[in-house]
Parts: sequence; structure tokens; C-alpha cells
Amino acid sequence: MATKHSRASARIMISPAVILLLGWMLIPLSMTLYFSFLRYNLLMPGMEEFTGLTNYKYFLTDPAFFAALTNTILLVCGVLLVTVIGGVFLALLLDQPFFGQGIVRILVIAPFFVMPTVSALVWKNMFMNPVNGLFAHLFKFFGLEPFDFLAQAPLASIIGIVSWQWLPFATLILLTAFQSLDQEQLEASEMDGAPWIKRFWFIMLPHLSRAITVVILIQTIFLLSVFAEILVTTNGGPGTASTNLTYLIYMQSLLQFDVGGGSAGGVVAIILANIVAIFLMRMIGKNLDA
Amino acid sequence: MGRITLDKVSKAFGDVEVIPPLDLTIEDGEFVVFVGPSGCGKSTLLRLIAGLEDVSGGEIRINGQDATQTPPAKRGLAMVFQSYALYPHMSVRKNIAFPMRMASMPKDEQDRRIEAAAKALNLTDYLDRRPGQLSGGQRQRVAIGRAIVREPDAFLFDEPLSNLDAALRVGMRLEISELHKRLTTTMVYVTHDQVEAMTMADKIVVLQAGRIEQVGSPMELYRTPRNVFVAGFIGSPKMNLLTGLEAEKHSATTIGIRPEHIAISSDSGTWKGTVGVSEHLGSDTFFHVTVEGFHDPLTVRASGEVALYYGDTIYLTPDLTHLHRFDAQGLRIA
Ligand SMILES: Nc1ncnc2c1ncn2[C@@H]1O[C@H](COP(=O)(O)OP(=O)(O)OP(=O)(O)O)[C@@H](O)[C@H]1O
Ligand SMILES: [Mg+2]
Repeated sequence: MATKHSRASARIMISPAVILLLGWMLIPLSMTLYFSFLRYNLLMPGMEEFTGLTNYKYFLTDPAFFAALTNTILLVCGVLLVTVIGGVFLALLLDQPFFGQGIVRILVIAPFFVMPTVSALVWKNMFMNPVNGLFAHLFKFFGLEPFDFLAQAPLASIIGIVSWQWLPFATLILLTAFQSLDQEQLEASEMDGAPWIKRFWFIMLPHLSRAITVVILIQTIFLLSVFAEILVTTNGGPGTASTNLTYLIYMQSLLQFDVGGGSAGGVVAIILANIVAIFLMRMIGKNLDA
Repeated sequence: MGRITLDKVSKAFGDVEVIPPLDLTIEDGEFVVFVGPSGCGKSTLLRLIAGLEDVSGGEIRINGQDATQTPPAKRGLAMVFQSYALYPHMSVRKNIAFPMRMASMPKDEQDRRIEAAAKALNLTDYLDRRPGQLSGGQRQRVAIGRAIVREPDAFLFDEPLSNLDAALRVGMRLEISELHKRLTTTMVYVTHDQVEAMTMADKIVVLQAGRIEQVGSPMELYRTPRNVFVAGFIGSPKMNLLTGLEAEKHSATTIGIRPEHIAISSDSGTWKGTVGVSEHLGSDTFFHVTVEGFHDPLTVRASGEVALYYGDTIYLTPDLTHLHRFDAQGLRIA
């Protein structure tokens, strides 16, 4: 793969795939861009006209926008915090030899295979329901007032649900990282007089840093666009208490039939996502260099 | 001070007894080498001493004090691992400083010891590199540096040179020997290479299947191996071991004769043989000679270059004063 000739033919060979992917990405992107400059409401078809930046002005000055932005950040950070810390903890436990290890590992991974809509519904109706939910029963058992999670702490509840879904992913990646840790390093540090907590801090965590980076990068991409869990549980409410950017765009373009405004929101979301990506790569991407 | 005593120490993994009860004393300042074939329990024994494995029975005493239940860090021993076990995300300086940092040693004392170790081990130019940016030999030296700065009562080495190439191995062998002479700290060294054992040890412990076959100085083991196993294991090339008729002539079950104790002649001698492969080392030449009626070819040493070629007929005469005789149990007959 090193000669000029082979490089040239390699380029030709992969070009169909690259062109396909490029088209796949560019066409919707440019259409969104185009729509975002139009006054385009589905209730008034055929009345589209160019309005310049008006859509952006309305989207960015909408008080819901800042609420959604804050909620998005809280949601992403909250879930990352829970999954990384919980994942490290679970991976540590699962790495220990114990009876029934294989089955427990499969059980831990199971939530990842449940569709977001399904898991959100299960959480909403079976656990968090203030009348019939398991939590409500638990509260009543202790003589407490049942807590209406989705009404009183909507964002925290959604963070909980989404964390539950992503914890297996983090656990799995961190577990493999733990298993690739050279046992002799741990033994060496043990002989060097490091108690367990220092071995964890100085040897295990640095070894995990690369895996944690991967977890953060991949999860951030998916968490920025959490949608189904919100749609199924709180519908973004009460008010805008659990509306994130994705959900706001959905409301704009499909509930209010405002394609132009929704597209402008989409473009804003793309820009924000890229800012986050650059920021992340700057901050932790260097962990990935060998 | 670094006197280690093993008293009826045994180790079993589940049902498998890897080390049957065993007694051994390692004196202060001694360079002791555990040697034996692969899987004989050398590493396990070393790890028992280090405290990385729990003993199944018996007692380990360090400087006269029972250390059987003492955690590894408190035993005052430093270990150098076969894979070096350096911390990859720390610089060489931080690697070496790690044990001192764990012991909360004052910073200036840490720096002083790091400088001293780096100078002794030729690492001064590499202190700010990561282990990944070092060669195998340099990594080995960092691992040794990390052990030295703790100023332990004894060093434990588990095949520290087996990842290095032949030339480097000889160099590091000398460096470790020199280090021992300088520090006069007890060293316990595990290897499967009997040349390393012979050249470095004050005392060799030959192990087989977890049992101690013989303990003694390299020359003691070479001159008077206690049994057939030690006779065959110590010495390179191997001692020639003969059984059957030839051994019965000397009223033994097995007899052994080292390659250098066989005289070569072109016209007369005890055994008549045909020259097979010869290995020229410059200073010596080793001939593999097939003798009629013997199971294996004999290895014979000749000094310098000798004009003998493949297929030549030669006569061999063993030097009977250096003949080793062993009985049916494989034990030496005095
Ligand atoms: N954790 C373990 N569980 C079960 N058996 C083990 C374990 N560790 C070692 N053994 C067994 O104990 C025996 C001795 O192993 P050990 O590692 O001490 O050999 P060694 O002499 O160091 O060999 P080598 O020269 O190949 O390193 C081997 O038969 C090995 O299979
Ligand atoms: Mg070993």
C-alpha cells in the first residue's frame, strides 16, 4: 500500500463509497440550510418565500431555546457522569471472579438491547407511575407520599432512564479495558506500597483513560440527540422543563408545522454539536494518541 | 539485613500441589539463583517470598521475623518483573519515584535517590521519557532503578533478562552482578538459563517439580551434582549420561562424564566412534560423536581447532577421576 500506483488505485476504489456518503450527508444538509432561509409553513403550502435570517432570529430569541440548550447540556453531562462513574464501578465488580459471572455479565449488558421507546415506557409505567409504579409502592411501604418523578423532576428522571440505557455500553468498554491491564503492573504497585485506593488512582484510572475517552465521545454524539425517551415520557414538559434541542426542533417543525423555523433550529443544533465535538477533541482527544 | 528463611513452605493451586513442603535459607547479602526447567515452580516460589501469593502451609521468616501474613509492601522486598511492569503513563522519573511517593518520603530525598539511581544505571538522559520510548535494556534498568530507590532488604528478580537479546543479556548480567557487589544486598534471582545461574550465583537452588534437587555454589553443583537431574541440568553443553552395560562396568546405574573430561585420540582409546556434527566456538570445538552401542551421541570438547571432520573415526577415553556415578534412584555414589 505504499507505492504511488497502489495509492492511486486505492483512491479510485474507495471513491464510490466516499461519494455515496458525501451525497448522503450533503444533500439533506443543504436542503436544511435552504429551508432555514425560507418562510415555509406546512399549513400554508405554496407560500414559501425567502426571509433571510428571520427564522434564526425567532429561534434564537425564543425563551424555549435557552431552556432547551441548558437541558441538553444538563442531560448530556448528567448521563455522562452517571455512566462513566457507574461504569467504572460496575466494571471493577464484574472483573472480580465470582459465581455466575457469565450470566451476570449478560444481565448487565441486557438494557442496551432494549429499544429506547420501550425502556422509557417501562420506566414510565412500571417504575415511576405515581399510582401503580414500583417506586410508588415502595414509598407507600415506608409510609411516604409517592413521588411523581416525571412531573416533579422530569429532567432528572429522563437522565435516570437514559443512564440506565447507556450504563451497559460504558461498563462493557471499561470492562474490556480493565481486562487488558497488565496484572504485573498491579503487583508491582502493590509491592511498591500502594494501597488499593492508590492503585486504583495511579494505575487503573490512567489505564482506563483511553476507554473513558471513547465512552465520552461516542455517548456525547448520541446523547445530544436524545428524543424517544422524552417523547414517550414527558413530551418535553412540564412547560419546557425537559425539552432538549432535538425535541424543540421537533416541536417547531412538526407540531407547529413550521419547516423554516425547524430547519433553522436544526442548523443551530449542527453548529452547536460541532462546537462540542471540537471542544471534546481538543480536551480529551489527545488521550487517543498512542 | 536480608535473611530469608522458608520453613516447610508449600503451595497448592486448588488440588494441584505445585510446591511440596520445602526448607530453604537465604543468607544476608547472598546472590541466590533459582534455576530449573519451565513450570517447575520458580516463579511461584519467588511470588511466595514476595507475598504476591499466599502460602498453603509453612512459614516465611524475613530477618528472623515471621512474615507469612505480612502484606507484600511491608516485607521490605523489591521485585523486578519479567515484563518490567513499568507504569506506561508515567515518565521514567515518576516511575522510579513511585515507591518513595507511596511511602511519603520528603521530596528532596526522593530527588537525591533518583539522581543516584539514574547515574548508577545510566538513565540520566532518559528521566523525562515515557517507558514506551525506551529500548528493552533501558526499560529493564528503569525497573531495577525503581527497585533500588526503596533500599530494600532483598531484591527479587523473575527472569529479568529473558526479553532481551543475547548480547544485551550478557551486558545486563554483568551490570546486575556488579550492582550486587556494590550494594551487597540479598538478591534472589529466577532463571531457567543455567549459564546465568552459573555466572551470577553465590548459591544455586536447582528446582524440579517444586522440589529442591540441590543447593550449593555453582562449582559445587558442577563438580559434585547430587543426582542425575542436577548432573544433566548444570553445565553447558550437557554432561554425557550413560546407562546400561557401560554404567555396570563402573557398578552404577548411570554414569556421567563432562565433555571436557574425555580425551580424543586418532588411534587408540576406550570407545571407538564416528564424528557427527561439530560446533566451532573458536576457543573450543564441540564434537558430537556416535559410539556403537550408545543410545545418544557423546559430546566431546577439544581445545582450539582440531582437524576432525564429519564421518571421521576417532577414539575416546574418559578421565576416570572425573567420572560421576549414580545409583538406581539417580542419587550420586560417593
Ligand atoms: N495461578 C495458578 N493457578 C494454577 N496453577 C498455576 C498458577 N500459577 C502457576 N501454576 C502452575 O504452577 C506450576 C509452576 O508455575 P511457575 O510459574 O512457578 O513456573 P516457572 O518455574 O516459573 O516456569 P517458567 O520458567 O516457564 O516461568 C506450573 O505447572 C503452573 O501451571
Ligand atoms: Mg516463571
